[in-house]
Amino acid sequence: MKKIVIWCMVLMSFSLSAQLVEPIKFTKLQEKILSSNSELTVFNFWATWCAPCIKELPHFETLNSKDNVKVYLVSLDFPDQLDKVRKFISKKNLNSEVLFLDEKDPDTYISKVSQEWSGAIPATLFVTDLGKTFFYEKAFDKEELEKTVNEYLY
Amino acid sequence: MSKTMKRTFILLIGVLAVIAVLFMNASRPAAGYGIGDYASDFELPNIDGEMVSLSDYSGVKGFIVIFTCNTCPYAKAYESRIIDLDKEYASKGFPVIAINPNDINKQPGDSMEEMKKRSKNKGYTFPYLRDNTQTVAKSFGATKTPHVYVLKKEAEEKYKVEFIGAIDNSPNDPGDVSEVYVEDAINALLNGEKPVVTEKRAIGCTIKWS
Repeated sequence: MKKIVIWCMVLMSFSLSAQLVEPIKFTKLQEKILSSNSELTVFNFWATWCAPCIKELPHFETLNSKDNVKVYLVSLDFPDQLDKVRKFISKKNLNSEVLFLDEKDPDTYISKVSQEWSGAIPATLFVTDLGKTFFYEKAFDKEELEKTVNEYLY
Repeated sequence: MSKTMKRTFILLIGVLAVIAVLFMNASRPAAGYGIGDYASDFELPNIDGEMVSLSDYSGVKGFIVIFTCNTCPYAKAYESRIIDLDKEYASKGFPVIAINPNDINKQPGDSMEEMKKRSKNKGYTFPYLRDNTQTVAKSFGATKTPHVYVLKKEAEEKYKVEFIGAIDNSPNDPGDVSEVYVEDAINALLNGEKPVVTEKRAIGCTIKWS
């Protein structure tokens, strides 16, 4: 009996942590960028094939412990890689909300995210509750990200 | 030293300091080339051991300079299309020159040895150069792989940047391409016209800087 209870709990924790990621179009993402209602919303653009992105993911994950920060991890994986992204999310147990961007032509959205973005990833967009945006085409280490976030929060 | 001289001296130092700071700030970001700028020639080692410069080429109308690498999925997705570009346009006067700028400590798969293998296996028809010091990538302002620059040769040592960015509008699926940016730009130049589209952005892997 005890075993069954434990198994049930394990299964429940799995189903709780496993988020079901669906592909979204850029217009949906743009809505989220324009109507962010947290004190600070962070859009981190990444892909499972991007090594420096994977390296900085844990730093973005820790931001979820802050009540006033909302983190979106926007996957730019190839459209046929949705399953791979889903597996990656459950394997790494990601807490941040993952968005799977399903757009064919990157040029249609890159400059709308930021004029400063050449298209290289990792890249991160910070949006304050006043609608101010700050864009970085670079990888963050833990301290840098912490410092940057605090700067925009206060 | 009189008081006024001292004051002037201090003032002068102050002004110089301000100028120095402004100058440093102005020169700091490696902005690279924009459309209409002239690209400087370079000299980089090719996979065959020879050094390659733009000035080595005679009788060309321009170049398709592509910063690319062995390891980035986007670069790989475009690889066969880069070979096709060279096959199509080298004979028309626009050869491809591929440059790998990634730091090999961070990305061992981009070493000269690996570049040689890849070029041989995939049948590259163009030089594949190693930018070890990354100075060429920085002077162009390349940020990622693949990152394309179409240059028009106006005269000796005059290489005008006519197009920057993406090869086409469908990185993931070569079968779904409906806009061929680089081809359109070169066809315009071959017709003696200005390219209509001069900049298109694509996702790519950040260049692994040293």
